[in-house]
This record gives sequence, structure tokens and C-alpha cells, in this order.
Amino acid sequence: MNNFQEKRIPIIKIGHYLIVSIQVDMHDKLAIQLQSQILEEIEKTGAKGVLIDISVLEMVDSFIGRMLSGMASMASIMDAAVVIVGMQPAVAITLVELGLEMPGVDTALNMERGMEMLDKRIARMDEE
Amino acid sequence: MIQAFTYDPSWTELAKYDINNENDIVMVRQMVRQYAKNFRMGIVEQTRITTAVSELLRNMYQYAGGGQVTINDGNVEEHHALIVTFEDEGPGIENLELAMSDGYTSGAGMGYGLPGAKRLVDYFKIQTEPQKGTSVRIMKWK
Repeated sequence: MNNFQEKRIPIIKIGHYLIVSIQVDMHDKLAIQLQSQILEEIEKTGAKGVLIDISVLEMVDSFIGRMLSGMASMASIMDAAVVIVGMQPAVAITLVELGLEMPGVDTALNMERGMEMLDKRIARMDEE
Repeated sequence: MIQAFTYDPSWTELAKYDINNENDIVMVRQMVRQYAKNFRMGIVEQTRITTAVSELLRNMYQYAGGGQVTINDGNVEEHHALIVTFEDEGPGIENLELAMSDGYTSGAGMGYGLPGAKRLVDYFKIQTEPQKGTSVRIMKWK
């Protein structure tokens, strides 16, 4: 029963980016824990972008949706961009029907596109 | 607990589960997903019912501190249905009409829960009485 409690979601740093792959069905506390874990990593590493892979998530309810958009706004205050990658089509359909908007959240079809998106964004910021 | 819903004797009870903590929420929504799969529902339908169940379980846990979920398989109005019933002994909902309207929230920034869940299923019924509790039943046709 308590096997959910012990899980921590690993955060990997590659170049300027943090990569997070959510591989488990998250309960609320784990989702909140992940949020602060990512923010701590941003602070520690000075990462410019965070890629969150949710391709194995079979469901995103309003809580997880809100957690993801909350994370995007918090990260942006810390000067890092968040891209959600790999959302399953059924999850996207359900999110819209649920009426959940995720303001400020960028999404990409897969990890590669998400990384390109962040590359462009950082290049643009460097120019300015 | 308010006995808001009856269980047709012809229905099969697939599971009955007490919700006491967050792990129970994860457990039950995975269970419902599995039943939806066994029902041979398409992936979008599976996701709809699982998401609706997750929203309702969270409401129950947040506002009533828990409750009981019953999952049935049965025929309703000529449909073969997956039936999920949520019953709690929580504070009930003072203004149901308001709670069923989009964007409304009374607690920790939820909202969406009830009207959102309703949109995801084929049948949605809620009965509530202040200080007594709330019961919700949803169904998804096969």
C-alpha cells in the first residue's frame, strides 16, 4: 500500500536543461513534491529550461493540470521555461472537455521538438 | 450517510472500496481504468471515465475526508454500463447549483470537479444534504 510514498521522480540535467520523465501515476503529494524538487534543481543548476515528459501518463486531472501550469509560472519567475512534452491524444481531449486551461504552459509533441523550442527561445533571449 | 442511490439486484458488484487517503485515490482510478479496459472501451473513453473518477474522488477526499466507492457492471436503460457510485458523510454541498457551474470553487482552488466530471460521462447524478453527506453516481455506456 505504501509503495507510492517512497517514489521520487528523478530529475536529470543535460546541458542547460532539466529533464523530468513522469513514469508513475502520481498522487497529490508526489505531484507537489515534484514541483518543489524541480524549483530547487533550477536554483541549484541555473537551468534555463525544463522538459517534462508526460507520455506515459494515462490521465491528467485538474489537480495535475494545475500543478503543471503552476510549475510553469513558478519556473518562469526563476527565469526558466517549462515545456510539457508527449501528451497522449486521449489526455489532451479529456483535458479540454474537463474545461481545464493551462495558461503559460508550452507543449511539444516529443522531447526533440521540446528541446528545439527551448533552444530557439534561449537564442532569442541572448539576442535581446 | 444518505442512502441516495439504490443498487439494482441484477447488477454485478465489481468492487467496493473505502477512500481514506491519497493512495486510495490512485488505486481506485487505476482499478476503474482496468474495468474500462475489460469493458473494451476505447482509449479516449477509458481516459474520460478515469479522469471523472479522479475528480470525484478528490472532491470526496478534500471536502468529506473520504468515503466509499462502489463499482458495478449492469444494464441501465438498454445500455451495458460501468457504474461508479461515490458516497460520503461529509458536510454536503450548500449550493448545488453553484457547485455545478463552471469555474466555481469553495476549497483549495479546485472548481472544474463536478461540471467537468459531468461532461466526461454518459450519466451523472448528484444528491446532497447539508451536514449529512453527498452521493454521486456516474455511468459510462459500453
